[in-house]
Parts: sequence; structure tokens; C-alpha cells
Amino acid sequence: MYRYDEFDRDFVDQRVKQFEDQVSRRLSGELSEDEFKPLRLMNGLYLQLHAYMLRVAIPYGSLNARQMHKLAHIAREYDQGYAHFTTRQNVQFNWPTLEQTPQILKELAGVEMHAIQTSGNCIRNVTSDHFAGAAGDEIADPRVYAEILRQWSSLHPEFSFLPRKFKIAITGAVHDRAAVQVHDIGLQLAKNAQGEVGFKVFVGGGLGRTPMIGRLVREFLPQEHLLAYCEAIVRVYNLYGRRDNKYKARIKILVHETGLETLKGDIEAEFERIKDGVLSLPAAEVDRINSYFAPPTFEQLPYTAENLEAAKATDRDLAQFVQRNLHAHKAAGYASLTISLKAIGEAPGDATAEQMDVVAQLASTYGHDEIRVTHEQNLVLPHVKLTDVPAIYAQLQKHGLATPNAGLVTDMIACPGLDYCALANARSIPVAQEISQRFAQNSRQQELGDLKLKISGCINACGHHHVGHIGILGVDRKGEELYQLTLGGSADENTSIGKIIGRGFPRNEIAGAVETVVNAYEGLRDNPQESFIETYRRVGPEPFKEALYGTA
Amino acid sequence: MKLITANRLLNGEVVWLGAEGQWVSSFTKATPLETAEQLEAAEKRAQADSDNQLVLGAYSIEVCMEAGEFKPVQLKEVIRAQGPTTRLDLGKQASSHQL
Repeated sequence: MYRYDEFDRDFVDQRVKQFEDQVSRRLSGELSEDEFKPLRLMNGLYLQLHAYMLRVAIPYGSLNARQMHKLAHIAREYDQGYAHFTTRQNVQFNWPTLEQTPQILKELAGVEMHAIQTSGNCIRNVTSDHFAGAAGDEIADPRVYAEILRQWSSLHPEFSFLPRKFKIAITGAVHDRAAVQVHDIGLQLAKNAQGEVGFKVFVGGGLGRTPMIGRLVREFLPQEHLLAYCEAIVRVYNLYGRRDNKYKARIKILVHETGLETLKGDIEAEFERIKDGVLSLPAAEVDRINSYFAPPTFEQLPYTAENLEAAKATDRDLAQFVQRNLHAHKAAGYASLTISLKAIGEAPGDATAEQMDVVAQLASTYGHDEIRVTHEQNLVLPHVKLTDVPAIYAQLQKHGLATPNAGLVTDMIACPGLDYCALANARSIPVAQEISQRFAQNSRQQELGDLKLKISGCINACGHHHVGHIGILGVDRKGEELYQLTLGGSADENTSIGKIIGRGFPRNEIAGAVETVVNAYEGLRDNPQESFIETYRRVGPEPFKEALYGTA
Repeated sequence: MKLITANRLLNGEVVWLGAEGQWVSSFTKATPLETAEQLEAAEKRAQADSDNQLVLGAYSIEVCMEAGEFKPVQLKEVIRAQGPTTRLDLGKQASSHQL
């Protein structure tokens, strides 16, 4: 993985010192809250319902064991013994004090981590495929380009005060595991007819109150122009994006209001002006960054592991775990292993300090020191030997981390909702927990197959409900929590925005409504292999409406 | 009926304005404000304490009487007064500062 150079280290250390000074000036009264708030936000420190919340950046969701141990240490020593992994592949601590935050940042800097640009109207953490560098289907490792974008966008002087926040995602495979079409800029690695590496570029995707799918602006952008083209996009946005209304300030609205062709013209004109200048990426520089992400040396192994096959034959739970939580690896005899943070009845994305230490230890012992955070709020050991899976599984089981539900209905995304978040209108976590309990039975979940359920506690859509096969949006109706159901969303290469199916459901009815939808799907599917989204796309919303509301 | 609430600057803890202008950690010790004059005086106090680095983000909330005790009208304020509904070991509910 990428290691800090001298410049990175000095820069992060300086920022910690700077923030320490800012906190002390705030506490002495030299800075008012109005003056201090943008400074603390630039360092990832929010104020939530119960306390401050610190959001720590995990660049493209990639971290090593030492970093994970440090996060566990922070959870234990400065917080309440747990942390929350987010859909932006970051991590949040829900109970830090202002007084101790500079010390936390110092601890983070010690392991090459920080909280810079995890808030504010700037370019945020670039997210990527959690199987990057391991997946058999990838064209190139997207983390290399995510790192190049990270370096370009870190404290970019022109783009530190954009009209609104700006999110970039990059996927290395045709099968999109990074939801690139619902990002401000979505990049999909591609090869042209000559076999050269470049990008398919989407602009103006996003969720929130106005969900939009990114529009294709470039079928193939050669890799050397990555930074110049992104700079052109963000510059045009910075110039023309609305600043009069925060709800209309994202680039998706600019694309919508200006029209794709006009905006594309502006982007291309700016790109023509700046391309082949300082932002050109020399192949040597790409190679240099690439070397940081060189894959570990994989052993020559057979495709299957005898010990794993034997263990599966006698342990049904392990067999289910293997079926759901292992992903095909490019090296024979290896797999990427998903550690679900969706144990039945638990809060999606939460991990205790003890669990984080266990994952770190497993990464050290079996996983070439690599851990990923997924945008679906799970953790991944990207490179494990199949022969080691029984031992890893045994450890995970001991610590409540062996839930075999990756990609199933209980592997849902849920935002923190009204239990923590100052913006939320309704709770998300208890809804997720109740649904999780309803589908707790393993065999039932397996029968249902791939099903993406996503829950947001307000229209800002941090829980990605618009792109859930089943989406749930919590709203406030006259002081009561009400939950709207959307169906048919998807965030892969066939991205679609879900449609509201009908009137909402009160808190005590929403889990039942989800079960009704799922039961209807079971009755409607052509065969057990037809997934929920395939069935929905084939039959449309009507049969689900009927199941939920009758034919009235 | 209203109350003034805020978070302590130093540690972010949820607090309410209590008797004699003290910021209290327990909702039950907060002072309900029944008249416009009381509210205005409390808001002035909150502003002064915000200016003096004691609290931040002070605002007034609606409360109502239920079974002889006052409680927040909004669910958000109930959750602030108690803690996350999914983690009874956290927030005010974990200690003696319960609703």
C-alpha cells in the first residue's frame, strides 16, 4: 500500500499542530464557534446529537494491520470501545471530546492516517473497489489512480471551497463494485482497441434529495490525462455550480440545469486548454505509484484446498460462509474474504475495539497485512490462502465476525440515523436490526439470494436507499417516524434509481412491509436463480404494490 | 413550555439550562420556561455562555407534561436526553441522568 513520503509526513504533522493550536485558541475564547466550526470540520470533527464525532479518512478503504490496531486503540482509549465504518469507506468515532481530538490526530498521524477533507465543500476521500488488486476481473488496480487523485486533490488550493462537497469513485472492473455512477465523478478503468489503459468517465451522479445517475462524458480517457480532465471538470463546476442554494449546489444539478452537451463542451474546452501541461501523468509516475501497490508474492497453489473442502463437508456453517463471503481471486488457491459487520441484530458497520484487533491480527497472520473497508460497511481481507480459511473462520466465529451473509438481505447498509445524526429525521439502526432479526435464519437468506437493502434516516441518503434493490427512507411526519419504500434501485454497472412504491409505513410496520415485498418476490420469481432485482425488472412494481396495499 | 439545550464545548456532552443559570447534565434537572420573559432571559444566558466557551449550539426545545413530569416533544430531543435507542449502555441512560 501507499506509504507516506517525507512531504506527506511533514504535512500531516503540521496539520495536527495547527489544529492543536486552533483548539487551544477556541478554548481560550480567541476563536468564536463561528470562526472555529469550519476549521474543525476541515479536520473531520462534527457535532452530533450526543457528542462530537470524528470522521477519519481511510483512502480508498485500504489500511494495514497497524492502522487497524490504532483505530481499535482510539476506540478503547478515547471513545466508547467501538467504531462505525461508513459507506465512504471511512471510519467514525461517535464520542470523542474536543479537548482530546488533537491527541487522537497525533495518534493517527503516527500510523499515517488523518481526518483531513472528511468534511467540507472539498474533494472527499476517493472511494474504490474493495477487491482492488485482488479481483480476477479487474483491468488494472484502481487504487493506483485513486492514490494519484488523492495526492492531486489534497489541499488543492482552487478546490478547497467548492459550491458543495465533491465525491469521486473509481472501479477497476467492468462489474462495478464502487457505485461509480452515483458519484460526482465516476471512473471506470477500461482498455482501448490498442490495449492502452484509460477511463470511462461519468459526471453528475449522486443521491441525496435529487438522485441522479452519472452521465457519460468520455468513453475513453487515456490515463495520462486523468488529472487534467478531472481538473477541467471540477474547475467548470467551481465556476458555474450554484452557491445560492445548498440543495442545488452539487454538480448533478449543474449537469441537469445546463444540459449535458453544453457542460461537456465547457469541460472539453477547459481540458484542451490545460492538457499536456503540468497535470499530464508521465507513465514513469504511474509506475512509481504502481510499485506501492505491487501485489504480494502469491504461492503457486492448486485452485482448491483439500483441507477447506474437507472442513466444508462436515461444517455446514463454514460451507455457507465460503459460499457467500469468499470472492474469486486472481491467484489460484487464494480468495478475498469478506468479514461481515452485519451480525444478526447488530448495528450495520459497527465493530468493537476487540473485533478490530482481531481483524488486524488476522490480516497480519494470514492476509499479507491488508484490510479493506467496503462501501457496504464490511471489512475485507483481500488476499488469503484457501488453506487458511478454516483457521480464519474459527477466529472470526469466536468474535462474532463470521456471519455468512455477504450480499444477502441482512447485509444491509444503514446510516447512523436519528440515534446519532443531527441531520436525521428518523432512526435507521433499529429498523435494520428488526429486519435482520426477521431474516435471521441462514437457510431463508440463502434461498432469497442476492438482495441489497439500504436504509437512510433522512433525504440526504447516506444509507444509499435510492440504489437499494429495496430502499427505505425514514422521514418525519408530524413528529412520527414514517418509512417510505423504494424498489428497483441498483448501484452496479446497471445503475438505477428506485421508485417509491406507495404510501409510507410507520415504525412498527416497516419490517413487516419489507417481508411482504420479499415474500412477493419469492412467489414471482421465475426460478430460484432469478434475483430480486431481475424479477423486479421483469415484472415491474405492480405486483409488489398489490402485495403491499391490495388492489383497491 | 420550553427548555434551553446545548452541548458542552469541551466534551460535547448534552446539557440543559437549569436553575440559577447552571448547565445541567440531566434533563430532569432542567428548568422549564413558561413565559416569553423567562425564555428571553434564558436565551441571553445561553448566548453569554456560548460567548464564554462553556457551551455551543444552544437552542430552545418544546417540552410537554406527561404523568406529572415534563419530557421533550420531539423524538430527537428524547434521544439526546437518553442516548442511542439501540445502545442502552451509552449516553445519559447509561448513568443516572435518565429522563
